[in-house]
Amino acid sequence: MLHIVACIKQVPDTKVIKLNPKTNTMDRTSAPAILNPYDAHAVEEAVRLKNKYGGIVSVLTMGPPPAVKAIRKCIEIGADEGYMISDRAFAGADTLATSYALTKALEKIQKDTPIDLIICGKMTIDGDTGQVGPGIARRLDMPPLTNVNKVVEVNKEEQFAIIHRKLEDGHEVIQTALPCLFSVEKEINEVPFSPLPHMIKAARYKPTIWAVSDLEDVDKTQLGLKGSPTIVSKVWPPEKPKGGEILDGSPQEKVEQILSMVLEKKELFQQHKEGV
Amino acid sequence: MDLSQYVGVWVFIEVNDGVIAPVSLELLGEGRKLADKRNVPLAGLMIGNQVTHLSQSLFHYGADSVYVYDDPIFKYYRTESYMKAVIACAEEHKPEIILYGATATGKDLASAVATDLETGLTADTTVLDVDAESGLLLASRPAFGGNIMATILCKKHRPQMATVRPKVMRACEPDTAKSGELIQKSIDVKEEDLRTKVLEIVRETKKVARIDEADIIVAGGKGLGSKDGFAMIHELAKVLGGAVGASRDAVEANWIDHHHQVGQTGVTVTPKIYFAIAISGAIQHLVGMQNSGLIIAINKDPDAAIFQSCHYGIVGDAFEIVPMLIEAFDKALHKEVQYG
Repeated sequence: MLHIVACIKQVPDTKVIKLNPKTNTMDRTSAPAILNPYDAHAVEEAVRLKNKYGGIVSVLTMGPPPAVKAIRKCIEIGADEGYMISDRAFAGADTLATSYALTKALEKIQKDTPIDLIICGKMTIDGDTGQVGPGIARRLDMPPLTNVNKVVEVNKEEQFAIIHRKLEDGHEVIQTALPCLFSVEKEINEVPFSPLPHMIKAARYKPTIWAVSDLEDVDKTQLGLKGSPTIVSKVWPPEKPKGGEILDGSPQEKVEQILSMVLEKKELFQQHKEGV
Repeated sequence: MDLSQYVGVWVFIEVNDGVIAPVSLELLGEGRKLADKRNVPLAGLMIGNQVTHLSQSLFHYGADSVYVYDDPIFKYYRTESYMKAVIACAEEHKPEIILYGATATGKDLASAVATDLETGLTADTTVLDVDAESGLLLASRPAFGGNIMATILCKKHRPQMATVRPKVMRACEPDTAKSGELIQKSIDVKEEDLRTKVLEIVRETKKVARIDEADIIVAGGKGLGSKDGFAMIHELAKVLGGAVGASRDAVEANWIDHHHQVGQTGVTVTPKIYFAIAISGAIQHLVGMQNSGLIIAINKDPDAAIFQSCHYGIVGDAFEIVPMLIEAFDKALHKEVQYG
């Protein structure tokens, strides 16, 4: 029986978030809080592996109390258990401090049921780093496997897994020892609509919530802002380009203008000629 | 931590199938500027199997010295083996800055190294600067889906590390007269201690031009309305011999595979010509293509943000203009072939 833990995060939907032009900060109230889209695929993959091999799926998040909603979303997808660490001491954590805090929670989860596999999304859409997953793997001394776009096999008996790892121009087929950590690409699966029983369970679900004091062997200097080697020194809106020239004329005339400016770059079309 | 012990700028040199990744040369170009401003040396850190001979080219591209781990154990990139080499080298020689390409390899490696060295790592940097006096690295990157730029500092830990997006920095002109110091390194990593094994590497056949290498990209967006509508993007790309790009919306609508996505959560591209067709120009798309040589936008909404970020714009219906472009280019390029 596999014990798979998916690490997830609630994020503002950066597609609709607005910038406060006076303070240059993100107006988080302008965007709905959602389950990080990559993490939905992480949970879905965990659920698929559970259905294939048998086991349980736990999800873990760090965040303020409203992040319970993101855990409920994971229960809808098919997770069995939800854990959340929530404490002011975690606030302002960068990727290093985040992986430390999540690791402390994973160690506690691990005490009851040893973990075979941890799955994270490729990255979050608010932080855009992808650094937390490998950080957790290093701290738990598991092999990190990033950019996973296919899980071929998980063999608990013989303690190995085979996966595809996406590269810029193809993929690697990797065999890894268990336990290990995957961070997964979106293309790994499609998240279907949740079945009704999951929705009902999710609506009533209350995750286990831990504060710092509930975790063991915590070095508080490694938490939150204090434990973060990086700081954001300033933010500014991206430079506004001055804008291009809008072409005049009839559609035919516009097309001709484009044609001549593109064909002017003759060197781009050399191969066409040579190819014949 | 005594920060003054840490001196020099390093670039992790990524080698794939015996070829130096272009981003590594770009980072030597950028690293050279940082090192000169600080008046410190620039070094490459190269790991692989039978890679030592590539050092010459690193000197030509600006490195003062190159640390090389050349061993069959490093034939394939693996986090655990490469990480050990980077950590050992950094602990011994104490660089103030290490830069990595923000590639699958570079991001994976840097994340693991940063955790073990307990230092700061800035992801997907697009602007770098250094304070000449303090040596503080100013690593700036788009955040919140490209809605803002943020400058990240790592004040109390060394080395300061960043992954840097490919195609953003510029390699310098290679100077073949330039040489440097080659420093052979070795580390005891045994196969039986490694928990992962690369069974196979599958390079996808290049039936279509790779978007991150293409000179011409034709990209389509939400305004095309459907997968059928998107088909003419493929057609125009084919006529021009270019690659197909897409906005996030088009990818999320499943009109095209996300390998083609240009932007913050996709690929950064710098083709010579970029067609943005029926793409509104959300900031998250713009950060991925704004350094293209010639940007031509077609959109029926005259207020679309894309017109602020293009060189030439056509306000018009893509369904009218694009078929005309396909026909015109087909005629023009076909004719040239006949006479050529």
